[in-house]
Amino acid sequence: MKRSQDAALWFLLPSFCFVALFSLFPIVESLRLSFYRMILTLPWLGQRMVGWENYADLATDPVARDALVTTLLFIGVTIPLELLLGLGIALVLNEAFRGRGLLRAVVLVPWAIPTVVASQMWRFIFNDRYGLVNFMLFGADTSSYLAPLADPYLALAAIMIAEIWKTTPFAALIILAGLQSIADELYEAASVDGATSWQKFRHVTLPLLKPALLLALLFRTVDSLRVFDLVYVMTQGGPADATNVLQFYGYKKTFAEGMIGYGSAIAVTVFLLSLTLALVYLHLLRTSRWKEAGL
Amino acid sequence: MKRTAALALFSGGIALYCLVPFVWFVLTSLKSGTELTAIPPILLPSFHLSFYRSALENYGLLHYIANSIIVAASATMVTVAVGSLAAYAIARFQSKWTHFYLLLLLAISMFPQIAIAGPVWTILDRLQWLNTYQGLVAAYVALCLPLATWILATFFRDVPVEIEEAALIDGCSRLQALYKVVLPLAAPGILTAALLVFIYAWNEFFFALIIMTDPNVQTLPVGIALFPGEYTMPWGEIAAASTIATLPLILLTLIFQRGIVRGLSAGAVKG
Repeated sequence: MKRSQDAALWFLLPSFCFVALFSLFPIVESLRLSFYRMILTLPWLGQRMVGWENYADLATDPVARDALVTTLLFIGVTIPLELLLGLGIALVLNEAFRGRGLLRAVVLVPWAIPTVVASQMWRFIFNDRYGLVNFMLFGADTSSYLAPLADPYLALAAIMIAEIWKTTPFAALIILAGLQSIADELYEAASVDGATSWQKFRHVTLPLLKPALLLALLFRTVDSLRVFDLVYVMTQGGPADATNVLQFYGYKKTFAEGMIGYGSAIAVTVFLLSLTLALVYLHLLRTSRWKEAGL
Repeated sequence: MKRTAALALFSGGIALYCLVPFVWFVLTSLKSGTELTAIPPILLPSFHLSFYRSALENYGLLHYIANSIIVAASATMVTVAVGSLAAYAIARFQSKWTHFYLLLLLAISMFPQIAIAGPVWTILDRLQWLNTYQGLVAAYVALCLPLATWILATFFRDVPVEIEEAALIDGCSRLQALYKVVLPLAAPGILTAALLVFIYAWNEFFFALIIMTDPNVQTLPVGIALFPGEYTMPWGEIAAASTIATLPLILLTLIFQRGIVRGLSAGAVKG
């Protein structure tokens, strides 16, 4: 027994080396650097311990506050829509009909497209002169054409649309896996009791789908805190910081401006936000499983 | 009858939603220069290949494709090799440690990239691995290991222990048992893990952007995002490059959709 335990550690070792060097150490190092003042373009200043100063600056930085609001707004609008659309697609894919396999493959297309490609594609769709959106809204009436990516509100909406389009398939697949784990007998029993389709959906499907929905919610939330490619390509955080989400702001401070300490404080904030949301969902997921098991 | 009609309607709607934006971009890549700049836009092009030629000749598209293939293929091979070892330990020597390690991987997979980006850059700088293939590959391996290990472990668990025990009695070492018995039997799982890692590495932009600042080693997503164009964007060339970057992935997805769907929902069903 002891020997197989030792063997297990040897098998884990190579994987652990990668993970330790490129995930665990970096997260601890980001935490440490967030208490230092360090500016890449002014190397002679070195590293100076400043305590909570970076966080105090962050709390009073209006751009950071706006970035937090933008990020929360982004999550709050996109994720419910993704889950709703994902649920709809999953319900259709869960039916038996000819061409279902083909439809399932088609649904994977937005997922398979590189995010940078999707970003350029939607940037062109929202283009102020050659864009499909303008053409569909105004046809040949070119004088009415809009420049959505140059307008603060429309730019954020445009990025939200691109994000929803790109990530709905993933939500649909998770929900579909949940749908397929619901036993047919339950629907048959409900039919025997004279339940309508809506009643079956409301009282059989939805309650049993709760774990899958929560899991999709967890994955999507954690992932949408990482939104970067769309913002980088479509708007660079503009116009007037209207699409400046936290991950992009952290990137800008750290890599474009070289403010390592301040950038790390933003990075740690995003991390804590992600961790908090993940823990809340995992807690909900666990309690929903307990209830399901009758505990 | 009503059900069939409703399903056909919904299916059609879903297909349009998923395909129209990309199809329009592909059609854009097939336009001629004058068709591209027509206002209002022309929907159907006359199928010119001039933007493809220009993307290949004037923007060095082949170079980016080669870099992407090198990086994605290397990342896939290393991740599957390293991930198989870990997944084997998790599937076979179930103990506190392997359980803890699985949870650790799960936690890591939720880290926002920005939370580790700065120190990853510094480490690669110290190793003098910035702007090198091995630098980006090492980062991708670390990022993909959680998902790959998770998928591989689910498939390894399904391989009957008896066959492996027979091999061990016949004098195979654990490592030999892994690659002579378990790996061949879990081939679909390996294919699934490899595909998902390859697609991830082919698509990844954030780390590629910060690690590869030298155009000679940049991957396709960086090339497509940083397409030069100060005053007028070369939309035709961007659309052509985008189509070329995407078509292999769409083909892979269509061919291996079952495996991909199973891999993506593995976490959902078992978790």
